[in-house]
Amino acid sequence: MPSETKSHADQLTSPAGLPVTALRFVGDISSTSKDAVLGAYQELPKDKVKLVVLDFSKVEYINSSGIALIIQMLIEAMGAGQKVRAFGLSAHFNKVFTMVGIPKYAALFATESEALAGL
Amino acid sequence: MSQKGSTGLLRPTCVEVRLPSRMGYEKVAMSTAAAVAKLMGFRDDRVEDLKTAVSEACINAIEHGNRLNEALSVGVVLSAVDDALEVKVIDDGKGMRNLPPRPDIDMKIHGDQDPRGMGMFLIQALVDEAEWVAGTNGKSSYVRLVIRLDKEAA
Repeated sequence: MPSETKSHADQLTSPAGLPVTALRFVGDISSTSKDAVLGAYQELPKDKVKLVVLDFSKVEYINSSGIALIIQMLIEAMGAGQKVRAFGLSAHFNKVFTMVGIPKYAALFATESEALAGL
Repeated sequence: MSQKGSTGLLRPTCVEVRLPSRMGYEKVAMSTAAAVAKLMGFRDDRVEDLKTAVSEACINAIEHGNRLNEALSVGVVLSAVDDALEVKVIDDGKGMRNLPPRPDIDMKIHGDQDPRGMGMFLIQALVDEAEWVAGTNGKSSYVRLVIRLDKEAA
């Protein structure tokens, strides 16, 4: 089954004036989403991108294979010294991400402005 | 959601779905389970819990039970009684001998645990009962999930 995930990167500026890259996902995140999730992340220049926010506000369904892709992304981000935050998860997926411990490596916020605050 | 039979005992209302062993079709079972749970009066947050649990059970059945063999199908049987919904997800695998270890985010991040392997943990965490039953002759193994209506909040 083809991927039902779309993604794109936006360049933002934090309230402190630092460059932040937003990776925005649309659709479902599952085992077929590798290119849209990991691929999109790996296209970011690691030497320049140090702050990343993940936008899940247009994601309706995430399964454990999709969560595994996010964890793989966090593994690479940790290795590159990047700070990652996430926002826009539904209450249910906020709970699921918390159950598996993701907030320890990518803090979860309700909105984009909350995710950017303090960066 | 149940009916009294001739013996006076409650008979569950049953819905059955048969899925091809193809990734993505777990969403058909997920939507069906959600529809039944809504008809029974489950709260929205419990419906979301059930959707994820059913989805993960079907993914396991498709990927590990039937090993993506499209000649095999996954059976999903939903049985509704007044205060609970039971879901059986049946495949042609040998069943689970051991549950995988509880996910540890630190171990995953540091490469000491596979980033995958969270499905069964999520199932157990999101429903009221979950059991894995190995079929006889190495076939018809199933996972049985139960989610109960919260009487006070219903």
